[in-house]
Amino acid sequence: MALCKRQNSAKQTEDIRPPKPLFRMEFAELIKTPRVDGVVLHRPFMPTVEGTLCLTGHHLILSSRQDNTEELWLLHSNIDSIEKRFVGSLGTIIVKCKDLRIIQLDIPGMEECLNIASSIEALSTLDSVSLMYPFFYRPMFEVIEDGWNLFLPEQAFKHIEAVTDEWRLSSVNKDFAVCPTYPQLVIVPKDIDDDTLRKVATFRHGGRFPVLSYYHKKNGMVMMRAGQPLTGTNGRRCKEDEKLINATLRAGKRGYIIDTRTINVAQQAKARAGGFEQEANYPQWRRIHKAIERSNILQESLIKLVEACNDQSHSMDRWLSKLEASNWQTHVKEILTTACLAAQCIDREGASVLVHGTEGTDSTLQVTSLAQIILDPGCRTIRGFQALVEREWLQAGHPFQQRCAQSAYSMGKPRWEAPIFLLFLDCVWQILRQFPCSFQFNEHFLVLLFEHAYASQFGTFMGNNAAERLKLKLSQKTVSLWSWVNRPQEMERFLNPLYEPNSLVIWPSVAPQSLQLWEGVFLRWNRSSKCLEEAYEEMLHIIEYNKELQNKVNALRKQVAQLETEDSLLDTP
Amino acid sequence: MEHITTPKVEQVKLLDRYTSKKPAVGTLYLTATHLIYVETTSNVRKETWILHHHIATVEKLPLTTAGCPLLIHCKNFRVAHFVLPRERDCQDVSQSLLRLSQPAKEEELYAFLYNPKQNETDRKVGWGTVDLKMEFKRMGLSNDFWEVTDLNKNYGICSTYPSELAVPKAAGKPTIMGSSKFRSRGRFPVLSYFHKETNAAICRCSQPLSGFSARCVEDEQMLQAISKANPKSSFMYVVDTRPKLNAMANRAAGKGYENEDHYANIRFQFVGIENIHVMRNSLQKLMEVCTMKSPTMSDYLTGLENSGWLRHIKAVMDAGVVLAKAVTEERASVLVHCSDGWDRTAQVCSLASILLDPYYRTIRGLMVLIEKEWISMGHKFTQRCGHLEGDPKEVSPVFTQFIECLWHLMEQYPCAFEFNERYLIEIHDHVYSCQFGNFIGNCQKERVELKLEERTYSVWPFLLEKREQFINPLYKGASRFGVLRPNTLPFNFKFWCAMYNRFDKGMHPKQSILDHLLTLSCQKAKEEEKVKELQKKLAAIDGVLPNQVHPCPDNVSAGQSTVVPPAPCGSSVHEVECTTQLTNGTSEETDSSMGSDSRKEQVEWSGPESNLTITNGKTIVMEIPETNQKAEVEFPRKSTTAVEE
Repeated sequence: MALCKRQNSAKQTEDIRPPKPLFRMEFAELIKTPRVDGVVLHRPFMPTVEGTLCLTGHHLILSSRQDNTEELWLLHSNIDSIEKRFVGSLGTIIVKCKDLRIIQLDIPGMEECLNIASSIEALSTLDSVSLMYPFFYRPMFEVIEDGWNLFLPEQAFKHIEAVTDEWRLSSVNKDFAVCPTYPQLVIVPKDIDDDTLRKVATFRHGGRFPVLSYYHKKNGMVMMRAGQPLTGTNGRRCKEDEKLINATLRAGKRGYIIDTRTINVAQQAKARAGGFEQEANYPQWRRIHKAIERSNILQESLIKLVEACNDQSHSMDRWLSKLEASNWQTHVKEILTTACLAAQCIDREGASVLVHGTEGTDSTLQVTSLAQIILDPGCRTIRGFQALVEREWLQAGHPFQQRCAQSAYSMGKPRWEAPIFLLFLDCVWQILRQFPCSFQFNEHFLVLLFEHAYASQFGTFMGNNAAERLKLKLSQKTVSLWSWVNRPQEMERFLNPLYEPNSLVIWPSVAPQSLQLWEGVFLRWNRSSKCLEEAYEEMLHIIEYNKELQNKVNALRKQVAQLETEDSLLDTP
Repeated sequence: MEHITTPKVEQVKLLDRYTSKKPAVGTLYLTATHLIYVETTSNVRKETWILHHHIATVEKLPLTTAGCPLLIHCKNFRVAHFVLPRERDCQDVSQSLLRLSQPAKEEELYAFLYNPKQNETDRKVGWGTVDLKMEFKRMGLSNDFWEVTDLNKNYGICSTYPSELAVPKAAGKPTIMGSSKFRSRGRFPVLSYFHKETNAAICRCSQPLSGFSARCVEDEQMLQAISKANPKSSFMYVVDTRPKLNAMANRAAGKGYENEDHYANIRFQFVGIENIHVMRNSLQKLMEVCTMKSPTMSDYLTGLENSGWLRHIKAVMDAGVVLAKAVTEERASVLVHCSDGWDRTAQVCSLASILLDPYYRTIRGLMVLIEKEWISMGHKFTQRCGHLEGDPKEVSPVFTQFIECLWHLMEQYPCAFEFNERYLIEIHDHVYSCQFGNFIGNCQKERVELKLEERTYSVWPFLLEKREQFINPLYKGASRFGVLRPNTLPFNFKFWCAMYNRFDKGMHPKQSILDHLLTLSCQKAKEEEKVKELQKKLAAIDGVLPNQVHPCPDNVSAGQSTVVPPAPCGSSVHEVECTTQLTNGTSEETDSSMGSDSRKEQVEWSGPESNLTITNGKTIVMEIPETNQKAEVEFPRKSTTAVEE
């Protein structure tokens, strides 16, 4: 019973709509034809709409000016690529969005069509970050709880501090000099001073010295993450590095180093000054290599998968072989398997774990964040999950701006683009599907995060790391996604009606039979979701009705009890 | 019992295929009907029961140091890997199982032993659960164009057809007799489903004996009669469910397909479903995929593709859709056949019926459909399921495919079926279990000769008793969905893990939404009962009812217009409860005074306990239009009580 529901796009457009269209000179130059009448819009599984097309600095708007038809408000930044076609003087622009939707605009007049197309191309690929929509967006809601202040490292440390005194909050990186991709505050072993950290940073890729990622309260074991050690071909070692990670081990205990790369890839990294921890120098650690692929391969996989999903041919063999050839499900399985391994080491083996790949900003984060979902019930609440994304992705320096610059329809050769975060969300969805009652949030929330990571009115996913975000003054100049999501009326849509807090570790099955294609994202625009939405609504009704019934019983009970005591009081004056 | 030489073996290991966990150790027992394995290692007594008839293959693997392995594959997709300490025992057990799983005679099947301790009357009533006469009536037969005939009452015209059949009124006995002679195994065209709304019909038969040029006037008249029974349509479809090549090959054997030139106004079409042998091999390959040891994603997807299984499922579904479309969109009648008209034809006709008629999407409706299109019309269950020792080439998962198609429909339409996935799996189990008489025999004639109705029990009452488990809590009633138009693009067909890896619990979601919702349904009934009870109690307590505690908090009543109590899942019990609540203590006037769309629900909630108050035996009906006002009214009342005392 796969229950999912398409994100209510009407609702979303409502919120991204600015009070009035903003016009700046930079944009005016790019918009040669700001409006065209008689444009016909085709969207998947929706009636066609004829209306006026308007281009603003940040939106493509199509309005029929009729009350009952939905308008289209599309962020330019959501546009991945466009194609144009002409039949006589009728032009057609096919707009392919980062959220994987494909829409078609029939535009009368060749010149208009060409103008519109070139404007869209220019506006959707603006180079200047300062022209991005989040800087122009003014919320039409009151910010009650500022998302920018919700998940600060200090707060994360408070939770650790409450249960152990073995860790400290270091501000060694306060000016981002030690590690440009780390936040200003990081959690490190108490006995390791800042000077040692500085030395270790020179031995780790990108200065990413081992920091605390997760503390397992149940047994005090920890998960750390880092960049690869820079051993190079001559097997350089760093005593401070050894000291740092050994400081996290209990006496007589061994730990595990999970290298997300295959041994071959790790070997090859030596030639580029990278490498892996030599057994001889880390005798207390056992190293395990896994096979999570690198960015460019994952991006290619996404493109192939989406191509397969959009193939409307009716051959089953073709579909299955394309699905297989995309390797997407293989990546999902590999990432989940590695996360399970990390979780297993911590929970079952009672050992501490250090996770890294090459840079420590991609596969490493997939593993550390998923392991926490498995281990920590707190991460399965909606706010806990936000905190996880904030901690393990945003502050941990996953380069969102680079990775999410383009999605599955990008034409050019990928530079830094890669669906690392989408794969993480996919894995979360797989766990959610296997434990449908253990998450406080629902699938819509995951889809929402996917959308906003690629195009958003909010500043949350802008920039590549904490340093860049600070420089951009995002917290002053833009609105946080969390400020919006955490408003009760919004959050309601993202809550899982089946949720029952589950304090246990949840072990997902990684058998191929247990992993499914994430239909809510990849087939979202390829089939009608009406019946699935209806099922979701029905489920909500059933649960609501039962809750109310329960309340009613309780109220009646109270009433009876009250009457009975009153009666007895009256009986005995 | 004469086939059991070793009824008990100790120290038997049961290997877990997926985890490297230490295997369980236990005792293996053979009884007349089951293989039973009792684990002795665990503290909790764990038993595994395997019905002999469920065993598809028994394989003795080469001796290992751990012992003698015995691999058992079941028809319900269980795979059990035992290791017996002594080869001798292994040999005995495997010999016994081979014999017990496929007896030589029907009389040795479980159904003839099974005794649920019912009396004769119950048994008879049970066999009457599904009444095909009633089903003809429900479809609107007989009418001006169709009649139910007992021409075949002694199975004289067609030995594999039932005694009662529906045929066009215009087709007389000579036409039928003639047509039957021109059709493979005498399976002449008969009605499968009559679609009242369009007057179009789905008919079924076997292939014509046309060879390269033969024709038959009566058969042509027969098709003409079917076509004429739908006077508004100028043509009818003839759908051959086989691939064109297969059908052409049949011509050399004097069989074949209809020549459009010989039949007036027919539109002929192939839909290309493969034959039973291809399907059997496909399932075999699928099972290999399911039982691979830690496959990679690529192994699995490639295996799935190479098995062709989902391609075949899609072909069956596509064919069903073709039929449903013809009937609804073109309002044309359709005649369907394959070779003998008992495999692919049964799949396609029954699937089309499900698409067309919501009745078949109910628990009872599916029983009727299976009785009608499969059992009665001569799907050869004994042979296809391999109940008895016999030709293994006759075995084929034709019925399994039909059941799987239903599952795919349920995945696309989660609110359109009264039953859930478990019902499908349970039916599938019993098709193979031979515990009940329904799926024994290859046609009605055989079943009558076996006197199944006197000697065995029917499965349907047994399933109805367990109805609660099979309910789909999301079902929205028969009227919500009319004709289903499923999307048959390839990505809609997924591997059915709950069926083919059914016993590998580790692969399934660890929490079940279905279970959760079923528990809620169960709670709902109890809580509704409690509400009534408490309301009664309240009313009974002497004195004025101080409605101090609001029965529904404000936020609840505010949301009420959107909260519709879930459909009562076709359970009449629930419906009755609702109506009693409605009428209890609430008058028509209160109803109208609410004047909102949501009043029905409002009354349900606030009716009995707030509007009806009893003071010392006197009944005062207070009309409180707005829930919010209730609180205000109640406070003074309460203080009055105090003053009075």
